[in-house]
Amino acid sequence: MSKIGVFICHCGENISGTVDCEKVATELSKVEGVAYSTDYKYMCSDPGQTLIKEAIKTHHLTGVVVGSCSPRMHEVTFRKACAEAGLNPYMCEIANLREHCSWVHEKGEATTEKAISLVTMLVEKVKKNKPLTSIQVPITKKALVIGGGIAGIQASLDIANCGHQVILIEKDPSIGGHMSQLSETFPTLDCSQCILTPRMVEVAQHPNITLYTYAELEKVEGSIGNFQATIRLKAKSVDPKLCTACGLCSSKCPQKKIPSEFNAGLGTRTAIYVPFPQAVPNKPVIDKEHCNYYQKGKCQVCQKNCPTGAIEFDKPDELITEAVGAIVVTTGFNVLGTDFFPEYGYGKYKDVITGLQFERLASASGPTLGEIRRPSDGQIPKKIVFIACAGSRDPAKGIPYCSKICCMYTAKHAMLYQHKVHEGESYVFYMDIRAGGKNYEEFVRRAIEEDGVNYVRGRVARVYEKNGKLIVKGVDTLLAGAQVEIEADMVVLATAGVSNQGAEQLAQKMHISYDPYKFFAEAHPKLKPVETNTAGIFLAGACQAPKDIPDTVGTASGAAVKVACLFSQAQLIREPLIAVVNRSGPPSFSTCVGCFMCETACPYHAIEREEIKNRNGEVLKVVAKVNPGLCQGCGTCVAFCRSKSIDIQGYSNEEMYAEVMSLFNN
Amino acid sequence: MPLRQYFLELKINERIYKMNIGFYPGCSLKGSSKEYNESVLALGKALDIEFEEIKDWNCCGASSAHALSKELSLSLPARVLALAEQQGLKEIVVPCAACYNRLSTTQYELAQNEELREEIAKIIDMSYKGGVKILNVLQLLQRFASDVIESKVVKPFSHQVACYYGCLLVRPHKILQFDQVENPQIMDLLMSKIGATPIDWAFKTECCGGGFSVSRTDIVSKLSGNLLKDAVDRGAKAIIVACPMCHSNLDMRRPEINEYLNANIEVPVLYITQAIGLALGLSPEALGLERHFVPVSLI
Repeated sequence: MSKIGVFICHCGENISGTVDCEKVATELSKVEGVAYSTDYKYMCSDPGQTLIKEAIKTHHLTGVVVGSCSPRMHEVTFRKACAEAGLNPYMCEIANLREHCSWVHEKGEATTEKAISLVTMLVEKVKKNKPLTSIQVPITKKALVIGGGIAGIQASLDIANCGHQVILIEKDPSIGGHMSQLSETFPTLDCSQCILTPRMVEVAQHPNITLYTYAELEKVEGSIGNFQATIRLKAKSVDPKLCTACGLCSSKCPQKKIPSEFNAGLGTRTAIYVPFPQAVPNKPVIDKEHCNYYQKGKCQVCQKNCPTGAIEFDKPDELITEAVGAIVVTTGFNVLGTDFFPEYGYGKYKDVITGLQFERLASASGPTLGEIRRPSDGQIPKKIVFIACAGSRDPAKGIPYCSKICCMYTAKHAMLYQHKVHEGESYVFYMDIRAGGKNYEEFVRRAIEEDGVNYVRGRVARVYEKNGKLIVKGVDTLLAGAQVEIEADMVVLATAGVSNQGAEQLAQKMHISYDPYKFFAEAHPKLKPVETNTAGIFLAGACQAPKDIPDTVGTASGAAVKVACLFSQAQLIREPLIAVVNRSGPPSFSTCVGCFMCETACPYHAIEREEIKNRNGEVLKVVAKVNPGLCQGCGTCVAFCRSKSIDIQGYSNEEMYAEVMSLFNN
Repeated sequence: MPLRQYFLELKINERIYKMNIGFYPGCSLKGSSKEYNESVLALGKALDIEFEEIKDWNCCGASSAHALSKELSLSLPARVLALAEQQGLKEIVVPCAACYNRLSTTQYELAQNEELREEIAKIIDMSYKGGVKILNVLQLLQRFASDVIESKVVKPFSHQVACYYGCLLVRPHKILQFDQVENPQIMDLLMSKIGATPIDWAFKTECCGGGFSVSRTDIVSKLSGNLLKDAVDRGAKAIIVACPMCHSNLDMRRPEINEYLNANIEVPVLYITQAIGLALGLSPEALGLERHFVPVSLI
C-alpha cells in the first residue's frame, strides 16, 4: 500500500496567484494512497525542504510528489532532500504547476482543476515507480587524441599536464598539421613555426604522451570510460631506433621530383623523406607509392647508403590495440576545392595559386626561402590579385558556408606582400570583410590604410592569360557595377575550407554525427561545443568547421578539460534513466524474442547481444541487453520493440499508462 | 536469339527511336539564320537522324516576351511543348540557343509550381505534362555523332578554331544543367573530333550583345568586337557558334565591329553543324555557307 506525500508550493505568488494551492492540497489528500498533503509558500527553501523530510519520517512515506516549478529547476533539489530523509530519490516526482499551469492560465476554477489533475497524474505514477540506483562505470584514465595538428597538440599537452596518459596519433610522418605550413599568423604577424615547433618538441618529450606518427585509427569499440581503439601503424620502412637522421638516404634517393605536400606542391621531395626540417619526429619514412623499390622491385639505394642499416623494406603495417577512456578528434580540415571555379584557371596557369601555396612562398622555410616569387618563372610579381571567397558563400557553385579564415589570411597575405615587395601593387576582390575577432578589424584596416592594399568589393568573373599577364576580369560594385580589368602577375585564390579527406569514414568508425559538408557535429552548437552525441568522444579544431588558430586552441583546451573532468572521477556515475530489457526465470528468461529491431533503431549502439546459457554452457536463448554506459535513455528502442520487452527506467510503460489513465478515471 | 539477328533488331529499334526526335526550328531558323536550319537538316540526313517537326509551332517569345509579361513568356513555349506532347514526341531538338533557353526555362518553372502550371494550361487551352526532353544541337551531336563522327570525316577541318558558346546555351546552370557553366567543353570536344584545334581563349561564354543587334548596334560592336579580337589574337581561323543571335552579331555586324576596332577582321563565323558538315564532305551550298556576310574562305 502506497503512502504518498503531496507538497504544493506557492512559489511566492507565482503559483498561488492563479491557482488555489490550499484547495489543491485538500483535494489531493482525498486521493487514494495519499497519506499526507500540504502546501507551503516556498517549498524549495530550507524550511520547505525540512517539511518534506519530516513528513517522510513521520508518515513513513513511500513516495513524494512536489507541485512546484519545472523539474528542470528543482528536481535535483527535491530528490536530494528525499534521499537525505532515507527515501529513494527516484520515488520523488515533480508536477510542473508553474510553467505548465499558473503562468500560462488566468486565475480561476479551471486553472485550479488543471493543477489538481497535474498533481494527481504524478501521484498515480509514483505509485508505480520503482526505486532506482545510479549506474557506476569504471574509467580507463588514458586519452586517445586523433590528429597531430595544433588542436591535437594543445589537447594532448593539456590532458598530459593534468597527469593523465595520452596517445596521440597522426596520419602523416610528422605532427604539426596546417599550422606548420603557415608563414606568419594574424593578427600579430608572429612566425607560425616559432610558436608551434616548441610545442611539437614538448609533445615528443612529454612523459605522459605516447606519439604514433604515420598511424591511423582502424576501429573503435566500447563506450565512454572504456574504449578499445585499434590503431594501424603504417610501415615507415625505416627503423627509428637505428636511424640517426643523418639525411644521407634522402640525398641519394633517385626519385626527386615528387610534389612536396608540405610545400603545397610548390617544391619537390624524394621518396624517402622527412616532410620538413623541423619535423617531429625528425626521422624519414618511405613513401611506397613513389619508391622505385616498392613500385618496380629494384633500387634500394637508400639501404645501400644507410650507415646504420636502419632501412627495413617490406615490413608490414602493425596493428595495436589501446584501451582508452576518452577520445578527442582533432583531424582538421583541408583547403582544396579549386574545381569550384574552373574559370579562375587554377591548374591551367602556373601563377594562379591557392592561399596555402602563398603561405609557402611567404614562409622562410618555403621553396623560395620567404621571397615572393611566382612559380612560372621565379620573377617577383609586381601586381598580385587576391580573390576572396573562391568557392565559399556560393550555394550555386561552391559551398554555402563562410570559410571564416580567408578574410583574415588574405589581408595578411596582401600585407606580407607589401612588406616584402615595396613597389608592388596588391588588389583584394571581396564580398564582405568578415573580421570578427580580437584585433582582427584593426588588422584589416592596417592592411588597407597603412600598407595600401587595394580592396575592391566585387566578384571576379574570369582569369585569363594574355601576353604573359593574367587578366583578372571583375566588377567593382561600389563604383556602380563598373567592370574592372587588372593585369596581374600572380593570382591568389582564397579557396574554401572543406572537411578533411576520409572524415566521413572516420565519423562512421566512431559513430559520431557529421553535417552535410562532412564536418563533425557537436552535441549542441552553443552549450556543448566540444562534445559529440557519443559520450566520451570530444571534438576540437577545424574538424568541426573552418576555424582560426585562437578558436582551435580554445576548443582543444576545452575538450582537454572535458577529458580531465571525466578522468577526475573515481567512477563514472550516471542517472539510471536508461532502457532495460526485462528478465525473468526459466523457461522464457525474458519476453525478448531476439529480433534485434532495437539494435537497428539505437542511435548510440547501446544494444548488445546476450547469450543465456545453462549450466553446461549451452546457449538457450539470445536476448538483447542494453549497455548502461552507452544508453542515453532516448526510448527509440522501446518504440521499436515488438514484444514490449524494453522499458525506460523511471518512464516505464506501466508508469506512463498509470499517469495518463488518472486523467480519465477522475 | 542468334547474335547477328540481335544486332539487326537492335539497329531497327535504334532507327525507330531516332525517328521519334522532334524538331523545333523557331523563327530565326526560318528567317535570318536559314543556313543554320539547312545545315542541321543536312547533317541530320548525313548522320541518319530523322527529325519530325512540331506541327503548328509558334514563336518562343524570344528576347521580348519575358521582358513584357511573365504569363506570355511562359505560355508561348508551353504551347510548343504541349504540341510536342500531343504529337507523342519524347524529345525535341531546339537548335536556336535562345529558343532552347526559353523552352527549358518554361519547363523548369512550370515543374516547380503546380498552380502556375494549371494557369498556363488554361491560357493555352491545352493539356501540359512537362515530360518532353529538350536538347540543344550540341547535346544532339554529342549523343548521335560523337562515336561515329571520326570515322565519317572525309575532309578534316584542320584549322585553329575558337569555340564560342555565348550566354544562352549554358546559363543559368541551375535550369539547363548543361556542361561546365563557365568553362564548357562539349563543342571543343566535337570540333577536335573533326580535326580542328580548339584554342584556349577568354571569351567562350561572354555575351555578344544578343538581342541588341538592331536597337543598340554600338553595344554589340563593342562586346562582339572584344571577343572577336581575342579569338583572332590567339590564332583562331574560324569562330564556331551554335546560336543564331551570336552568328548574326559576329557575322552581319562585322562592318560595325571593324569600325569600332579600327581593324579589318576577316575571320569567318560558322555554325558547328556547318563545320561538321564540311568535314563530312557535304557541299557548301547544302550547308548554306554562301548565305554568310563574311565569306567562308576555308573550304
